[in-house]
Amino acid sequence: MSAPTEITESAVTAAVDAALAAIEAATDSAALKAVRSAHVGEASPLAALNALMRSVPGDQKAAAGKLVGQARARVNQALSGRETEIVEAEATAQLAAEAVDVTAAASTWRAGARHPLTLLQERVSDVFVGMGWEVAEGPELESEWFNFDALNFDEDHPARAMQDTFFIDPPEAHLVLRTHTSPVQLRALLGTEPPVYRIAPGRVYRTDELDATHTPVFHQIEGIAVDKGLTMAHLRGTLDHFVKALFGDEAKVRLRPNYFPFTEPSAELDLWHPTFKDGARWIEWGGCGMVNANVLRSAGLDPEVYSGFAFGVGVERALMFRNDVKDMHDMVEGDIRFSQQYGMTV
Amino acid sequence: MRVPLSWLGEFVDLEPGTTPEAVHAALVSVGLEEEDIHRFELTGPIVVGQVLEFVGEVQTNGKTINWCQVRVAADGELAADGGPAIHGIVCGAHNFVVGDKVVVTLPGAVLPGPFPIAPRKTYGHVSDGMIASARELGLGDEHAGILVLGDLGLDPEVGTDAISLLGLDDSAVEINVTPDRGYAFSIRGVAREYAHATGATFRDPALAVTATASTEVFPVSIDDAAPIRGRVGASVFVTRVVRGVDPSKPSPAWLIARLKLAGIRSISLIVDITNYVMIELGQPIHGYDLDKLTGGLTVRRAQPGEKLVTLDDVTRTLNVEDLLITDGSGPIGLAGVMGGATTEIGAGTTNVLIEAANFDPVSIARTARRHKLPSEASRRFERGVDPEVAAVAAARVVQLLEELAGGVADGLGSLHDATPERTPIDLPTGFVSGLIGLEYTREEVRTSLAEIGASMTETTDGLAVVAPSWRPDLTDKWTLAEEVARIVGYDRIPSVLPVAPPGRGLTRTQQLKRSVATVLAATGHTEVLAYPFVAEKANNLFGDPVSSTVPQIKVANPLDGEAPFMRTSMLPGLLHIAHRNLSRGSTDLAIFELGSVFRPVAGVSYGSAVVPPAAVRPSAELEATLNAGIPPQPFTAGIVLLGNTVRHQPGQAPIAASWRDALTAVAQIGLAVGLPIEVRQGAHQAMHPGRTAELFVATDAGALSVGFAGELLPTVARGADLPAVVAVVELDLSAVFAQVTGELQASEIGTKPAATQDLSLVVEAQVPASDVLAAVREGSGSLLESIELVDDYRGTGIEAGQKSLTFALRFRAPDRTLTAAEASDAKLAGVQLAAARHGAHLRE
Repeated sequence: MSAPTEITESAVTAAVDAALAAIEAATDSAALKAVRSAHVGEASPLAALNALMRSVPGDQKAAAGKLVGQARARVNQALSGRETEIVEAEATAQLAAEAVDVTAAASTWRAGARHPLTLLQERVSDVFVGMGWEVAEGPELESEWFNFDALNFDEDHPARAMQDTFFIDPPEAHLVLRTHTSPVQLRALLGTEPPVYRIAPGRVYRTDELDATHTPVFHQIEGIAVDKGLTMAHLRGTLDHFVKALFGDEAKVRLRPNYFPFTEPSAELDLWHPTFKDGARWIEWGGCGMVNANVLRSAGLDPEVYSGFAFGVGVERALMFRNDVKDMHDMVEGDIRFSQQYGMTV
Repeated sequence: MRVPLSWLGEFVDLEPGTTPEAVHAALVSVGLEEEDIHRFELTGPIVVGQVLEFVGEVQTNGKTINWCQVRVAADGELAADGGPAIHGIVCGAHNFVVGDKVVVTLPGAVLPGPFPIAPRKTYGHVSDGMIASARELGLGDEHAGILVLGDLGLDPEVGTDAISLLGLDDSAVEINVTPDRGYAFSIRGVAREYAHATGATFRDPALAVTATASTEVFPVSIDDAAPIRGRVGASVFVTRVVRGVDPSKPSPAWLIARLKLAGIRSISLIVDITNYVMIELGQPIHGYDLDKLTGGLTVRRAQPGEKLVTLDDVTRTLNVEDLLITDGSGPIGLAGVMGGATTEIGAGTTNVLIEAANFDPVSIARTARRHKLPSEASRRFERGVDPEVAAVAAARVVQLLEELAGGVADGLGSLHDATPERTPIDLPTGFVSGLIGLEYTREEVRTSLAEIGASMTETTDGLAVVAPSWRPDLTDKWTLAEEVARIVGYDRIPSVLPVAPPGRGLTRTQQLKRSVATVLAATGHTEVLAYPFVAEKANNLFGDPVSSTVPQIKVANPLDGEAPFMRTSMLPGLLHIAHRNLSRGSTDLAIFELGSVFRPVAGVSYGSAVVPPAAVRPSAELEATLNAGIPPQPFTAGIVLLGNTVRHQPGQAPIAASWRDALTAVAQIGLAVGLPIEVRQGAHQAMHPGRTAELFVATDAGALSVGFAGELLPTVARGADLPAVVAVVELDLSAVFAQVTGELQASEIGTKPAATQDLSLVVEAQVPASDVLAAVREGSGSLLESIELVDDYRGTGIEAGQKSLTFALRFRAPDRTLTAAEASDAKLAGVQLAAARHGAHLRE
């Protein structure tokens, strides 16, 4: 395009039309940059027309100025409009180009999980901590006195033979793998003046062969409260609250007479829930009762002054009916697929 | 204990049509746990038939079968199956003659098995039913021939329903008897409990028989020279003699059926009667063949080395604690456990000496355990038998021997009764209500106690209660409270939530345990729980870095003889679990367990010879002795990693698990507990010699070794059936937690600009990077905010045997912007210390 020599309407229109056509034709930032340089740059026809303003006679200056100014404004507006369009289009195109299949994301993270038996023990502990109780622990390998004698299991009582105890070699050392977490309760009583409100979760041992419903190594949660004036009604109240916290408000507790050496009166603890597998029903879950006077005496407490209640439940059993675990093997074999179902919560 | 309902109904009113399930439910409510229901699993038509004629037919297999014509209904009537009055039946047995009454299972009947009866073609005939043996009916083991009713002393009319005739329509509930309720090992006791549960009228069978006094004394002496725990072995000893028993008399069908339902096999009429009375009254009875006895009886302890052949034909070497029944010939029975073979009731016995005694529970329990001989008798004696029922039971046996066996009671007998008077128990007014938390009326307390058979008198502050003779478990006011509570009903106990004093939440250690478990799981490790039983050699390999003999605890009675030791390390169990996972197809594993290991100290003898008495608090010294006798059981973390840590994925190459992941896990545990765990190059007999770290925590007494981490020796890994590269961690968390004390004192977070610099130092290759880093950190002083190792380079440009370590350092002053010169000066001070300690020099 040759440079115009005079400001005429046709010359201005030609420059503007040429510029608008070029702007329209530009499809990317680089092309638009070239268009800008060619049509509004120093060497462009519009620049040349602007330069001719100096030679326009005074009476025509206003009209010529208006003509050229409007032309430049039109072209610049078209340029900026087109620029916005191109930047947007280019940004969109780049995002489109960056698209991935989010369902095929590689992960450097590996899934871990807690074991539901330990989670369940923590959960129960939390329920009782919420009631002001404290969590107590003790050794798994225990002295026979703590495991039996102090808990009113006479050496010759049939109940002691029924416990299926693992004894430590040599038997004269009177050491056993604890058959219940009850020794922890006694340790709590020996270590603290009442009131004592303790929950003791932990691992226990009995000489049962592993099958679908038995395992020689399992877990119990026992609670003991010793205070002045505690009654069996307090036991029931505690159990009612506990099962509702763990299983929901519809859960119910039933006490049935039973015998345990360390409690008197003693009761079997049955649990009812409407949504248990196989329907609403009563399930035997554990034992409970008022702490036997001889147990209090073993701890140096006067049963005429203090009374208490205690209860114990099986953690494996709870997992079976709460989470529908059908076979004990799953809990003890350590197959990671079992724990991984639960993740971090039970 | 199995309780036939027909028997139960003799002593307590059972509503007609009461089901075993209903009886269970009632008994459960008073504390007798349900176990099972037993029935004769058969349905009719099963009727009495009479053999009219039969023809023996020899078969090609050499066997002779009988083709019998059996009348099963009166002439002109239809049989119970709708068929003719005379059925043709094939029978393989030969113990019958024409005219015998037999049990015919007609088509449509179902025998236990289940074994449905239908007409069937056999041996060239259509056998229209079956003539049953006792075993086929579920009545016993007798299968030598068919059941001939005449042998049971029965001559019923043809067509009579044999199911009710033989008592096969009865059923039994089985209940679990807790150790305190020995009396529930009898129909008498269960009937009483059923009455408690339902309010039905109870008729005590012990009152139905009168114990007549003997007129001539059978010599019995109780000569216990060594009572156990001060209790004479036999407190009651009753004998009675019955003569002229007809040994050919069969046990009646009802008796066989009841015993069968009660779980006892019929043996002979005399033995069946003694068993029957035991089940009925709870009193174990022993019958002797009087003619085989030599003189009178003496009850005494065994002498060292004495032997006895018991009824089961086993020769038993006796212990001096064993209580014996002896006669002039020597020992003839293990008292209360099992009789001897020499004086046993046999097929020819006609004159019987009946023994009904009360033996010390402890003595019997020990003997039964010692000789592994739990018997119906010992189970009852261990739990306590009513001392007042012995004479009644003996009289009941006499009565049945007369009624059923044609015997004649003899004046000969004896009665020794040294049962101590029962001491009244004080039950203060209000005690039961105060213990149970329910206001019981005076009337409720008195009625409940009267109902269980207690007698009582008023005292100034309550009641003096004498427990019934069959309740040796009622020893104090607490046991009486339980009786009141259960008779009134546990359902009435209200629900009152006690308010515990304010608690302090989880202890720090309990929180730390949770933190470690959570962090390990959150960083990709899966928690598992291994049995802590291991083999000795596994403990020896993992339990100590170098020693091949590790002190360990042995279980005296392990379930698995291959693994009788308690773990000294978490790793053997985890490796076993790793193998199981691998074999099930999980090839990428990161597993952990937190738990106790059992670490006895060499040379210490654990346990205590003395077990303090019950019901007394041991002295402080004794308590300390007991506690000192318990081996250390530190809470320990074990981790096993193998396969890939990061698996192969799009755009991601797999990353194999290695020693690095083990150390990363250790660092994560350190973060979880807020305590740095120091890593040093280490060595362990089970571990790769170049890829093992020993782990330390700082203590007031210097660095304390708390475990190890790294890769297993490839041979150890393969020995556990695992791939060659297995990364592991074993960390004594108890030791770590012990160092987590006090509250963290926070550093100020500086906001002035930081100056960052890199530093490359060349050192001998064997110098641990952590030592160089520590020297630079220490030398650089307080301006150094952080230092991280970013590279370990060996090769071109670095002399062989040396390495170049590159660190990224960040300096910051709390109060001003650092100049580059200040940062450089600090860095050079660090370099100087690294040079002085480790011969480090700046890389050219």
